[in-house]
Amino acid sequence: MREIHVDVIQETIARLCVDATHRLPVDVREGLLGAAATEKAPLAQKILTDLISNFEIAERQMVPLCQDTGTAVVFVELGQDVHVVGGSLEDAINAGVARGYQEGFLRASIVTHPLSTRQNTKNNTPAVVHYEIVPGDRLHLTVLPKGAGCENMSRFANFLPRAGKDAIIEFVLRTVEEVGGNPCPPLVIGIGIGGTAEFAMGLAKKAIFRGVGSQNADPEVAALERELYTKVNALGVGPQAVGGSTTALAVNILMHPTHIASLPVGINIQCHSARSQEAVL
Amino acid sequence: MTIERVNEHTVRISPLITEEEVRQLHIGDHVLVSGAIYTARDAAHKRMVDTLEAGGALPIDVRGQLIYYVGPTPARPGRVSGAVGPTTSMRMDPFTPRMLAAGMKVCMGKGNRGAEVRQALQQYTGVYLMAVGGAAAMLSLFIRSIEVVAYEDLGTESIKRMVVEDFPAIVMDDCYGRDLLTEGRKQYRDQATLGSYVPSDRIVVSAG
Repeated sequence: MREIHVDVIQETIARLCVDATHRLPVDVREGLLGAAATEKAPLAQKILTDLISNFEIAERQMVPLCQDTGTAVVFVELGQDVHVVGGSLEDAINAGVARGYQEGFLRASIVTHPLSTRQNTKNNTPAVVHYEIVPGDRLHLTVLPKGAGCENMSRFANFLPRAGKDAIIEFVLRTVEEVGGNPCPPLVIGIGIGGTAEFAMGLAKKAIFRGVGSQNADPEVAALERELYTKVNALGVGPQAVGGSTTALAVNILMHPTHIASLPVGINIQCHSARSQEAVL
Repeated sequence: MTIERVNEHTVRISPLITEEEVRQLHIGDHVLVSGAIYTARDAAHKRMVDTLEAGGALPIDVRGQLIYYVGPTPARPGRVSGAVGPTTSMRMDPFTPRMLAAGMKVCMGKGNRGAEVRQALQQYTGVYLMAVGGAAAMLSLFIRSIEVVAYEDLGTESIKRMVVEDFPAIVMDDCYGRDLLTEGRKQYRDQATLGSYVPSDRIVVSAG
């Protein structure tokens, strides 16, 4: 068993929180630069130029990309030959989030009781943590600071199996149309197809950080991604919904086998500030 | 003089704003805001409207004012401001007609507004501005000072007085019932169908 001490995990998570909120991943930057080069509507073009200045200023002057530094969503891929020592893994992750958000001057946005008290926990904990046990002796950590403006626009539906692709296309287009400027387009649209209700939503979230410019390995799914990308951008919603050809930077689909009676589809909407940073220990 | 036309499509405004000045603003106009404005978001709005409903007085005078929907990040030492981009305005929709009735003239955030807000903007002669959502680091460069003036217990959601200089925004909903989100998209589609995008002089404007 390879041992990894919780202190290293805590330190890594703290660093990833700060990095992810200040440095936009290269694929997202390229997506925005590409969109600015092709967008024809002048106001849309101006907004894209502002977003490009924004990621440059954020990194250079160490000001967060967005004031909503998000819920700290952490994806953990734990190698089955790793032994975490010195304490609990989840406590270490939360300690890392608390440290990263406080020392990094990030906004604390988490409230305790969602219904009545809604007291701010003041250090952005607890994080939302997803675990996966994988072969090997590595620990792979990914931090996604997820803003609420876009997260709130996510959707789930269960279709009749024979409704197939057409139902999914209609569902995605209707969603993008309805949410308009609320989730800060241009968007990265994560779609999870298959599994069960909660599994499809998890896939949709994971699909977001597969990256701008990537495609599904299954040719049929990759073709659906391209079709959706074209149709979403033909809606004319545009950056911040002012009208334009840039509504999505990417449409990413992840798929999983499902029940004979089911066609679950999750949509997780991500704004243009598609933040994520990862580390492998 | 609190409103100044910089060029055909850009105006500079400084609160306090009068009804007459609001009438000069049209969807698609680029607006540069200078002077003192207030920030408030979900929790502060709820508290302010609850106070008004109970017949109480607001902790700030909103008459003629601009309220910016934002919850900033803490400023790093040596900086005036952290990240200060707009939050989703729709969540303030249930409170906005009451705030307009109390005399607020301008609100600023991002995204769509509901029919009740667009109607209230007409009724009370107000205007809704959009700051570019997610451009929070860039927008921090236009902030000259920030101080908490009310509801300090709400943390990032407290009411702050913010002095800004040429803070950029776009008119999304004017006092004539027009909505840029609806018209901009329709215009894009109409033009896209025709095969080439030709901007009209009002909706799509050159960079301010």
